[in-house]
Amino acid sequence: MTRVAAGLVLLAALALLAAAGPALAPWAWDEIDFTAFGEGPSRRHWLGTTQHGRDVFAVTVHALRRSLLIGAAVAALATFLAALVGTVAGYAGGRADRALMWCADLLFVLPPFLLAAVLAPGAGTLALVAVLAGLMWTSTARMVRAAVRSLRDREHVLAARLAGVSAPRTIVRHVLPALASLLAVDAGLNVGAAIVAESGLAHLGFGVRPPGVSLGALVADGGPAVLAFPWRFAFPAALLVLTAVAANLLADGLRDALDPR
Amino acid sequence: MTALAVADLRVRWATGAPAVRGVTFDLRAGETLGVVGASGSGKTALALAVLGLLPDGARAGGSVRLRGEELLGRSDAELSRIRGKDLAMVFQDLSSLNPVRTVGAQIAEAVRVHRRTTRAAARAQAVELLDLVGIPHAPQRARAYPHELSGGMQRRVLIAMAMAHDPSVLIADEPTAGLDVTVQAQILDVLRTARASGTATVLIAHDLGVVAGLADRVLVMHDGRAVEQGPAEQVYRRPRTPRTIALLRSAPRIAPRPARARPPGPAVLAVDALVRHHGAVRAVDGITFDVRRGETLALVGESGCGKTTALMEIVRLARPRRGRITVLGEDTATLRRARRRELRRDVQLVFQDPYASLNPRMRVRAIVAEPLTAHRLPARERVRELLDLVGLDPSHADRRPHELSGGQRQRVGIARALALEPRLLLLDEPVASLDATTQAGVLNLLQALQSRLGLAFVFVAHDLAVVHQIADRVAVMHAGRIVELGPADELYAAPAHPYTRALLDAIPIPDPVLERARPRVVLHGEAPDPANPPDGCRFRTRCPIHPALPPAARARCAASDPEPRPTGRPDHQVACHHPLPEPAPPTLRRTT
Repeated sequence: MTRVAAGLVLLAALALLAAAGPALAPWAWDEIDFTAFGEGPSRRHWLGTTQHGRDVFAVTVHALRRSLLIGAAVAALATFLAALVGTVAGYAGGRADRALMWCADLLFVLPPFLLAAVLAPGAGTLALVAVLAGLMWTSTARMVRAAVRSLRDREHVLAARLAGVSAPRTIVRHVLPALASLLAVDAGLNVGAAIVAESGLAHLGFGVRPPGVSLGALVADGGPAVLAFPWRFAFPAALLVLTAVAANLLADGLRDALDPR
Repeated sequence: MTALAVADLRVRWATGAPAVRGVTFDLRAGETLGVVGASGSGKTALALAVLGLLPDGARAGGSVRLRGEELLGRSDAELSRIRGKDLAMVFQDLSSLNPVRTVGAQIAEAVRVHRRTTRAAARAQAVELLDLVGIPHAPQRARAYPHELSGGMQRRVLIAMAMAHDPSVLIADEPTAGLDVTVQAQILDVLRTARASGTATVLIAHDLGVVAGLADRVLVMHDGRAVEQGPAEQVYRRPRTPRTIALLRSAPRIAPRPARARPPGPAVLAVDALVRHHGAVRAVDGITFDVRRGETLALVGESGCGKTTALMEIVRLARPRRGRITVLGEDTATLRRARRRELRRDVQLVFQDPYASLNPRMRVRAIVAEPLTAHRLPARERVRELLDLVGLDPSHADRRPHELSGGQRQRVGIARALALEPRLLLLDEPVASLDATTQAGVLNLLQALQSRLGLAFVFVAHDLAVVHQIADRVAVMHAGRIVELGPADELYAAPAHPYTRALLDAIPIPDPVLERARPRVVLHGEAPDPANPPDGCRFRTRCPIHPALPPAARARCAASDPEPRPTGRPDHQVACHHPLPEPAPPTLRRTT
């Protein structure tokens, strides 16, 4: 329970920072201060500036918002896809099951970064979200399918079928509620994973395209000059780590809280 | 010599709730004490306290002396040196076997825990122990993994482990729970041999019949107290407390009842030569029977005989692989989709496990209303009516399944099955998971509902005492076939098939004198592998009369599987080449 609380508080704080940060900062994220290029932290620029004269605090907070949105969107989309495909495959069985799981296996064997690198360039944030979600749903879908298959043979599900309840209604009333904890945990883990995956892509130059920024892009930018301009790297990196840790704390805690085993 | 002396034993759970409130008994070497009582009476808490295995936070007070030495208050490490050696236990839970190690290795481990001996010697002793508990081909079976053994065999392995060090006291908690009567009889025989070797046994059971044949003394528990204690014969024949009397009364027993003629009218359900194979497994292999309005047909047999498969095949209302199922005059093979949905309202199922068959997240109201809303029928009034019909209070509608007792849950299951006013109710072991007292209540309810609503029942069960109470006709199944079918009274009074006879013989009678006096034919071995049944008569390998037959008659058993044919008695058929003769004294019947 403490882990759930810690994760929640941390995530809430990060979300608050992302939401209120731009209003707090004296600079807009895309504003350029022509009098300060690559300067260290000062009263004027709390966390210094980039070598292009952008305020590091404003840029990072803006990037945090983008990263959180990407994480949440990817997690929601991936979990939804996984729930849909997993329940249909598990409940219907037979040919539908084989076809859907064949698709999942196919995505499973392709190297995700390669795929993302091929698909992502030139596309916008929405496309990036779609690509990441398209790569992340497969393992959850397999878990959902296995759970649904065992639930399908549970007596109370059979009882509903014999009572004449239609298949979609049986799924909604008797199968999905039992999967809620699994899906909640997985969505939590996916938030962290999506943010980290986006950062990885950004590092390779395939993430959010400039002039847009994400935490990953900032870390990638700041990395090479970390010794000369540590403030440009440290703040976004710290936020990235915190976000991932918070999402995982929440998911882990949820799993233990919902699953007494 | 006193092997175990328990004095004023008190147990409190971690919540502070008392589980045992002052129980005292002595147990001499070679003696068996039967501890009986309804579930929740503190039997298991008593056993755990004696063993020092109470869950965290629970506390025990009083005194437990094993051969004069006090056990209470000792550390777990000290107790570990005694447990499994001088003080052994058999639990009903088979998960105490490790699934990834052979049973031989596990018994050998139990041997080596308390005795310095070589691996090979321990192995050899493991085989000896397996032999002692009656496992055939012990050297081969020692190399088997738990999942390769049947439930009865696994239970024997646990007893073998318990017997590894010739313990002075053996505590057996429901050692035959969930086993078929035939296997139960075998396990009780094994416990008898343990007693013969001088081990004092505490036998805990909710079934008074199980205890009757074995216990020298009986202790009746209720609400944590020993309400009665004494020699078995006295407790069973001259019980002194109302609790004991109630417990004895609720024990299902086979008492003669007036014969009933079959009700007239067409069959609600007719099954003709139904076959259901799962791959090579011949689960159901050609069965034929019918049920009329207001009539109960019971399908009985050991686990794995195909009775539940047959039920599930009927409830599907689909075209069977082979054979024919006719419901209310309609062949299920020719049904169209919409008509099948219509017919589904007439055929409903009551499940064995009231825990699993109710969605734990739903309230009783929603559970009972589900069939109604699915068919777009008004639910609100009807739910109240249904709850009333099955003897539940309207206030139960807002509870969730876990807030109900087992009997109440089963009543909810029955209410749900009745919601659509079916004409045929299929019941899959509906009382198997309930206490004897609760069982009686649910059975009475079913009987009342049947006569009130004119329902036809197909009742699947392995407990022949329960079946006798409710069934008009009984079909005995063995290895996917019906070996005998006839009116319940006829079949119980004068079985024609040796398998029926053996099943009836294996039911323990809750009376120590009768139980010990009667001649018993313990059926050896277990039901044949349904994927590979013996050729000829499938019962041949276990048949108690087969070995005694003349060679020519024996050859017939090996040559062909007998088809059901009439015995000459009304509505009675048997599938046996050499059916048991009808007992002689018809004169006696006429005079009464």
